[in-house]
Amino acid sequence: MRADVELISVTKRYGAAIAVDGISLAIPPASYCCLLGPSGCGKTSTLRMIAGHESISAGDILLAGRNVTDLAPVERGTAMMFQSYALFPHLTALENIAFGLRMRGVGKPERLAKAGEYLRLVQLEKMADRLPAQLSGGQQQRVALARALITRPKVLLLDEPLSALDPFLRGQMREELKRLQRELGITFIHVTHGQEEAMALSDIAVVMDHGRIAQAAPPREIFERPASAFVARFIGGHNVIRLDSGRYAIRTDRSWLAPGEGTPGLPGRVTAVEYQGPVVRVVLALADGQSAEAVLPDAHYHAAPVAPGDAASLGWEAQDAHPLPEDA
Amino acid sequence: MTRLFPWIQTAPLALVLAVFLLVPVGMLVVVSFYDYDAFSLIPAFVLTNYQELFTSPVTWQTYLKTIYFAGITWAVTLGIGFWIAYHLAFVVQNATLRMVLFILCTVPFWTSNLIRMIAWVPFLGRNGILNSTLIGMGAIEQPLEFLLFSDFSVILAFVHLYTLFMVVPIFNTMMRIDRRLLEAARDAGAGFWQTLWCVILPLTKPGIGIGSIFVVVLVMGDFATVRLMSGGQSASVGLMISNQYGAMQYPAAAANAVGLLLMVLLVVAAMLRIVDIRREL
Repeated sequence: MRADVELISVTKRYGAAIAVDGISLAIPPASYCCLLGPSGCGKTSTLRMIAGHESISAGDILLAGRNVTDLAPVERGTAMMFQSYALFPHLTALENIAFGLRMRGVGKPERLAKAGEYLRLVQLEKMADRLPAQLSGGQQQRVALARALITRPKVLLLDEPLSALDPFLRGQMREELKRLQRELGITFIHVTHGQEEAMALSDIAVVMDHGRIAQAAPPREIFERPASAFVARFIGGHNVIRLDSGRYAIRTDRSWLAPGEGTPGLPGRVTAVEYQGPVVRVVLALADGQSAEAVLPDAHYHAAPVAPGDAASLGWEAQDAHPLPEDA
Repeated sequence: MTRLFPWIQTAPLALVLAVFLLVPVGMLVVVSFYDYDAFSLIPAFVLTNYQELFTSPVTWQTYLKTIYFAGITWAVTLGIGFWIAYHLAFVVQNATLRMVLFILCTVPFWTSNLIRMIAWVPFLGRNGILNSTLIGMGAIEQPLEFLLFSDFSVILAFVHLYTLFMVVPIFNTMMRIDRRLLEAARDAGAGFWQTLWCVILPLTKPGIGIGSIFVVVLVMGDFATVRLMSGGQSASVGLMISNQYGAMQYPAAAANAVGLLLMVLLVVAAMLRIVDIRREL
């Protein structure tokens, strides 16, 4: 199947600094793609280049097989939902949503009716006449989403859409984004620095670091077979441990603890114990100076509890040690 | 005692306003009902000053002329000021360059109004620089008469003097527009003029309102520019007041001043109805 969005050695330079360093990526049709990485990794620049709000220093961007590298946003068939929404403060929620149609010369009754449909889609029909300043953060977000969707884009680009919301709303909005993407059957590209968000949402997650793609794969593959120590650390839930035979990523929930001196496994000393309800997180300083942790089911922990300062060894099943390439 | 604090805190401002605004305006109103002869003020309560104001066709014409000057100057300064502010706010990307250009706009204000006006005379005059250059180039045969001592030169001087009062508030509101809104407009398919008309202009309205009030009030109250640049061939209400004042007809001048004050207040009130400037204050 032809990819919806294809990047071919796309590069972004700001003067001498390279923000995005020749990345190539193909996103299959109607998929939810998350661009994930620490701040400054080039994920937002990548999104803005796809949107057409940032010029491309080198390389090509194809949308549905069409080269859009030099096209304006409106000619690309993309729509962007901006971080902190960028709603027009002088227009009501309904007029904000209708803006894209107004720019395309759609008559007033028709565009307002259409905007009303999209307002219903995001469940805000009662807020039609409010100005953005009179809406809560979550409501503004829904208006921004409806405004982006009304022009029926083939690809929706979302720049950290959930970062301004409180944790409860974030969870709710996350479900809603996924539902919309499924119902509309279009590609969403979503920039985030939260690995949890990426795991929950994406069909394909793209982990970026220093302007390059560290790994692009379904989240399960990334979690189970991280491509590098960076990915394993960034995605979380892994111990990255150097052994005589090389470097390995071992899931912290597949690691176990043997309390006492001389027990089987890597010897170490407990430095912290964190109770987290269903699990208990135990941090170890290993004898060779490395740090590691084990996330234990609470029943296992309470059967043989440890305290900071106690000696303990870290162990795992051989098949759970995922070998990592030797990189910088 | 504590109940008095709010009163004490507002007292200084109230005092300043009373001494420098309420009392003078009150005196103006009182004097406008006085009678007068060639030598003295006669305390009385007569309506003759206002009768003259409303019945004399010359006075009406002068008021109309003042509105005419204010209207044209407003339109021209708005046109020029908007684009200067637009250029400074949206076209110039470098903050230092923007500051330098902005200061450059204020350079003419380092000299007095009078000097800036007089500077036009040798340029626009019958045998001035412009006319002699045009004749030298063969563009015209006879010197252009309308350049100086005409409505043209009055409005030219007004525009020169007051455009900055339009630029500053408009620039100020434009700088507060979130740049992502322009990107959002572009993303929604808006072209340059659509972005200007549907996003920038509505969000700049408060600045335009404040600038318009500045310019209109300044032009309506002016007398020096009209006298100097029209060579005495045109009049404004301000000039009329000044002349009456010179002839010691204080009550007539006061009545005119009250009339002008009411007109300015009406215009400002009308503007405030159209534009909500509270967001700026």
